[in-house]
Amino acid sequence: MKTLVWVEHDGSSVKDATLAAVTAASKLGEVHLLVAGEGVDGVAKVASEIAGVGKVHVADNAAFAHNLPENIAPLVAELMASHDAFVVPATTTGKNIAPRVAALLDVMQISDILSVEGDRSFTRPIYAGNAIATVESEDAKLVLTVRGTAFEKAAATGGSGTVEAVSAGGDAGLSSFVGSEIAKSERPELTSAKIIVSGGRALGSSEKYQEVIVPLADKLGAALGASRAAVDAGYVPNDYQVGQTGKIVAPDVYFAIGISGAIQHLAGMKDSKTIVAINKDEDAPIFQVADLGLVADLFNAVPELTGKI
Amino acid sequence: MKILVPVKRVLDYNVKPRVKADGTGVDLANVKMSMNPFDEIAVEEAIRLKEKGVATEIVAISVGPAKAQETLRTALAMGADRAILVQSDDAVEPLGVAKILKAIADAEQPGLVILGKQAIDDDNNQTGQMLAALTGWAQGTFASAVNVEGDSVSVTREVDGGLETVKLKLPAIVTTDLRLNEPRYASLPNIMKAKSKPLDTKAPADYGVDIAPRVKVLKVSEPPVRQAGIKVADVDELVAKLKAMGVHS
Ligand SMILES: Cc1cc2nc3c(=O)[nH]c(=O)nc-3n(C[C@H](O)[C@H](O)[C@H](O)COP(=O)(O)OP(=O)(O)OC[C@H]3O[C@@H](n4cnc5c(N)ncnc54)[C@H](O)[C@@H]3O)c2cc1C
Ligand SMILES: Nc1ncnc2c1ncn2[C@@H]1O[C@H](COP(=O)(O)O)[C@@H](O)[C@H]1O
Repeated sequence: MKTLVWVEHDGSSVKDATLAAVTAASKLGEVHLLVAGEGVDGVAKVASEIAGVGKVHVADNAAFAHNLPENIAPLVAELMASHDAFVVPATTTGKNIAPRVAALLDVMQISDILSVEGDRSFTRPIYAGNAIATVESEDAKLVLTVRGTAFEKAAATGGSGTVEAVSAGGDAGLSSFVGSEIAKSERPELTSAKIIVSGGRALGSSEKYQEVIVPLADKLGAALGASRAAVDAGYVPNDYQVGQTGKIVAPDVYFAIGISGAIQHLAGMKDSKTIVAINKDEDAPIFQVADLGLVADLFNAVPELTGKI
Repeated sequence: MKILVPVKRVLDYNVKPRVKADGTGVDLANVKMSMNPFDEIAVEEAIRLKEKGVATEIVAISVGPAKAQETLRTALAMGADRAILVQSDDAVEPLGVAKILKAIADAEQPGLVILGKQAIDDDNNQTGQMLAALTGWAQGTFASAVNVEGDSVSVTREVDGGLETVKLKLPAIVTTDLRLNEPRYASLPNIMKAKSKPLDTKAPADYGVDIAPRVKVLKVSEPPVRQAGIKVADVDELVAKLKAMGVHS
């Protein structure tokens, strides 16, 4: 089988989620990549060094600069004439593009795969991860999105793919990019951090989040996360949200501080290696999944922890 | 302009899903079912656009069993004007739903179709994007703000790094994220009024759509259970345990 993996990049480097998608694709067969964007020669070079990669298709066009699915999907559909599976990291960009491609190819997408069970069969979470379905595609071609935390990352170097320019596609004239507010941070990214410190509604304000959660994260070199309640209340920006509808994370250590442990939150973090929970309610559901639980008032316990760790 | 709002009947988000012992699926017998939470947000957004004078009519659509009428009545009670039930006792996959919605869009000629970003049962997150491909319209997914300006709509999207705004030519497809709005509750008088609003019942065949599944579910199982660990007595014990694991500054 010949696969085409969507390379998620920021114009200069390849995002880690891509490396997990490459691993998933390599279980199906030959791995080809698609690098789309404007001025992406550098990224294409970086991508060609990913271990195990065959061809790297490079679509360099201003119309592809902002990943507008109206422009990208027809390009992918055209490339899929000579590939059997389109494999995409389950990021917000991937989730925006892949189903549009699937419908153009008249196939069902299989979302968020956790494992490759056979040529056409996969496992995937349903009901916020409260059940795992094993499914088999009966379509001629596969369109898959890949959960990044479920696959090892392919080695970023060691490969020697051949770069080939694609001239297909252009501006469909349906949409345009207006702007973005992307937080620049020195911290590790949530989805690839080794340690995450997350705060919940109990913090009560963005000042308290800054005062209590941030110093612990600073001390541990951790990424910052939050529950939906904390995001909705405006303590932190939306991209901090962990959960069914936020980011799926699986760090070595996840600190859930003042977070009750609703199933939608657990869906995003329960595959963490070690879960540490601090909550003043000893019956909080978070303790059912926590490896280390501390029943305490976070406003006392967290500063003390930050001081002593 | 007209707005179409597809709404799905799903297991209520407060109910803990239980996998059936025979591994064929999740037990839906005698459990509370509700409108998919993202679809409530979609209905609310449509109503707000009508209140602003942007929309003239809101049509709620559900593909599902006869009981999905209840979900449509909820949409009508919130403020939708009429409803279409495309009845099917067999589960219809996102591609099938998108094809049915495409046929309805051809007939109704809406300015916007507002869907949820994902149905919380199958967590597919596909239908809106597929409908956009089939209609050839632009898509603004995971929306946290929607502003109609003349013959275009600007949509602010929740993306991995933060927020992004795109401008789409109308007609267009929008899918909702959680922070787009807070859905209203239907008042009792509106629930009563909703009972007499028009609700058409159709079948997938009426739209010439083949809903035969493309993906076979071989098995549904429980996820691996995570064992609860220990409770530590105080911060000192927590620090000691963390340090033993190699976690320190
Ligand atoms: C469709 C849908 C999707 C959703 N998606 C997500 C998602 O992706 N991510 C997500 O997180 N949620 C999601 N939710 C929301 C989820 O259901 C919960 O409402 C949310 O996770 C609760 O956040 P919380 O734990 O911070 O708040 P709460 O549930 O209010 O918990 C606060 C906790 O803090 C504790 N506490 C209070 N004061 C203190 C103190 N001084 N010291 C220590 N502990 C204290 C309390 O005991 C309590 O356990 C979703 C909901 C829906 C309907
Ligand atoms: N059977 C259905 N009937 C009506 N709308 C649906 C149906 N299935 C999906 N949708 C719509 O598509 C959105 C995304 O669903 P999904 O792609 O299944 O995650 C939902 O939030 C609904 O707005």
